[in-house]
Amino acid sequence: MDFNDTQQEADFRQEARRWLEENAPKMADVKATDPIERAQAWQMMKYQAGWACLRWPKEYGGRGASAVESSIFSEEEGRVSVPVGAFTIGQGMAAPTMMQYASEEQKKQYLPRLASGEDIWCQLFSEPAGGSDLAALTTRSVRDGDDWVINGQKIWTSGAHYSDYGIMVTRSDPTVPKHKGLTYFFLDMKSAGIEIKPIKQISGDSNFNEVYFTDVRIPDSQRLGKVGEGWAVSMTTLMNERAAIAGGGPGLLSFEGAYALASELQIDDAPATQDRAVRNQLADWYCKESGLKYTFARTQSALSRGDTPGPENSIGKLVSAKKSQEIASFCIDLMEMVGASLSPEAGPYGGQFQNAYMGSPGGRIAGGSDEIMMNIIAERVLGLPQDIRVDKEVPFNEIPTGNK
Amino acid sequence: MNFEFSSEQNLLRDQAKSFLADKSPLRVARQVLEGESSHDAELWRSIAAMGWTATTIPEKYHGLGLGQLELCVIAEELGRALSPVPFSSSVYMATEALLLGGSEAQKEALLGKLAQGEAIGCMALAEQAGSLSPNSIQSTVSTGKLTGTKLMVADGDLADFAVVLAKSGDDCSLYLVDLNGDGVERETVATMDPSRSHARISFTAAEADLLGTAGDGFQLLAGVLDHAAVLYAFEQVAGAEACLDMAKEYALQRYAFGRPIASYQALKHRMAQMYVACVLARSNCYYGAWALSTRAAELPVAAATARVSATQAFKMCAEENIQIHGGMGFTWEFDCHLYYRRHKLLAVNIGSESFWKDRLITRIEAQKAAA
Ligand SMILES: Cc1cc2nc3c(=O)[nH]c(=O)nc-3n(C[C@H](O)[C@H](O)[C@H](O)COP(=O)(O)OP(=O)(O)OC[C@H]3O[C@@H](n4cnc5c(N)ncnc54)[C@H](O)[C@@H]3O)c2cc1C
Repeated sequence: MDFNDTQQEADFRQEARRWLEENAPKMADVKATDPIERAQAWQMMKYQAGWACLRWPKEYGGRGASAVESSIFSEEEGRVSVPVGAFTIGQGMAAPTMMQYASEEQKKQYLPRLASGEDIWCQLFSEPAGGSDLAALTTRSVRDGDDWVINGQKIWTSGAHYSDYGIMVTRSDPTVPKHKGLTYFFLDMKSAGIEIKPIKQISGDSNFNEVYFTDVRIPDSQRLGKVGEGWAVSMTTLMNERAAIAGGGPGLLSFEGAYALASELQIDDAPATQDRAVRNQLADWYCKESGLKYTFARTQSALSRGDTPGPENSIGKLVSAKKSQEIASFCIDLMEMVGASLSPEAGPYGGQFQNAYMGSPGGRIAGGSDEIMMNIIAERVLGLPQDIRVDKEVPFNEIPTGNK
Repeated sequence: MNFEFSSEQNLLRDQAKSFLADKSPLRVARQVLEGESSHDAELWRSIAAMGWTATTIPEKYHGLGLGQLELCVIAEELGRALSPVPFSSSVYMATEALLLGGSEAQKEALLGKLAQGEAIGCMALAEQAGSLSPNSIQSTVSTGKLTGTKLMVADGDLADFAVVLAKSGDDCSLYLVDLNGDGVERETVATMDPSRSHARISFTAAEADLLGTAGDGFQLLAGVLDHAAVLYAFEQVAGAEACLDMAKEYALQRYAFGRPIASYQALKHRMAQMYVACVLARSNCYYGAWALSTRAAELPVAAATARVSATQAFKMCAEENIQIHGGMGFTWEFDCHLYYRRHKLLAVNIGSESFWKDRLITRIEAQKAAA
């Protein structure tokens, strides 16, 4: 057991740090003000120097580095101030799915542009009738010559309005049981027949959308996996999603963020950090973060062997989403009577915890809700029985639907 | 970076597992719990014969000179088996106190016997309910004689010597006291977990030999407790996992309303939460084990983190295990209460969750101040 860097890892860290310290300041010269364009500019700098998507093979725009090296780079990148962008879905979810299912030619065409940040991808999975129960989706795909014709509606599609491509699951056969009639594609978001309508979230922002499909044509060559096997392909995407969004390093809604706030506020004329109840609560979050950090470290060895991330990744997302919400709520409480203010007088962080609190419920729903995560752990890790299902062996078009 | 135990350490784990499956099934813990004896003397002799008591004692004192990681592996298996032996008092604490603070003569006199399991040591700290602080200590040593009363001394009735926290003047120090000597009266006390024996010890002008530097008692104690915290955490996490396994097995075979109770989401989700707590605690334990084995500067933080996390996991799993067993879980006959008792004992006898949480923040603050 050794939690220190090996000599090789220490050298790698040194090299990464040197490059970051030399290049991160160059972001000051980038004129763009749009956060996505700024993130793209930084991603391109990394790509050109061989620091993008480190674990991908070189021919697809990566560096062929190990899992450990990749997280060393992320740690070091976390220390410098650079824009982070809209690449989680493309690089973290679409790319691993493409690596497994796309043709060699397609991988060479699309993956480097994902690594460089030139292309942004979105995930067209959820539908009004299929969220947790993703396999209840109804968007139809019908084969027509060399193409497929798509009709239906997706919902909650993050970033659809600025994405170049999308990954999507569709129903190609409604007459067989629900998991068997699905087919998976990737498509150009500029295709004719796509209409995107923003949805306003509880925070007031609009990061996700409804996406309507009217006779949209996708070439059969853009099908990933066999016809009717879209469920298995989706699982590859979702397993990677849970790994990609499991993070939660230093940031506002972390032990450090809460400690920083508490040390600037007073309880009974003493710093809030001296209050025993506050200290207990802070310690609780510290232990959770530490537990997640070292759980991640333990699973890294599995990843460096090239394994698909397993169901244990559900822990990270489950624990950190709830923790974020708790931290935001607790920090607002610390501000006492001005806590609900979004104006600068709300204290040193001027509304940041309040806004984060409004964003935090999303984390417990997106990418598999808390309840779905607990089901996954119970069934796939602990081997407990599946929930009783009334829909499994029935042809899809005979399954009862509620008020959806 | 490498976050796993080595193959030699895993081999040791397998040996420990099968040894304890044979010599220390839960029935053995229950016998001590229900009987009059303070511990299983036969099991203790076999454990000593296996060399476990000698693990971290250097060879020059007739120990094995192995590392702390090996001790962590053993702690985990003892915790799973609820073994009714004075291992934690003698090995995690008394031995460590000598290694950290003992003079050459003290080490020569005791370590060899501790290694052989011939001498059993214990820690005598608390004197009243409430947190341990200099003001809570009334026991006093003057001209080498100790007078005072210590409560809930784990293994105090069977140990040969105690490491005692007492005042000399205004400051506290640790002392070695021969429990078979004059001026020592001990009485076994009733506790929540009789599978581990505890005593009230009254000292009246008993011979006391200073351990470490005079006045540095709390500082030396902090080092001993950090060491013990990591090893307790391994016992606790294994106890927690044992509870989850029991709950799972029972829930799979018990039917209600025509199906296994394990198929109800309320129980599935509860067990998922138990699993999450176990994984977080185990990962924190590994960090603690590494810090202990390398005496890393992070040890004070890592030990407190492991201790808090493992205390939380064992509490949740021991409580929910009974809940998942229903009425059966509330019977004397089922083993759920063995873990329930042990969880609560371990949760307090080197300081509560709240005590360790406060310590954790204090130590993080010290790190921040040093940075
Ligand atoms: C911020 C955000 C971003 C998102 N981005 C995307 C995106 O980019 N692409 C995309 O495809 N989707 C996206 N989603 C959609 C997300 O995947 C779904 O919202 C999620 O899967 C839940 O589905 P639902 O909203 O239909 O809720 P429902 O499935 O209707 O769930 C409602 C409630 O019922 C519970 N529930 C459902 N089934 C069970 C069960 N079997 N057992 C116990 N409880 C159950 C749920 O846990 C939840 O509490 C996003 C969602 C959010 C909030």
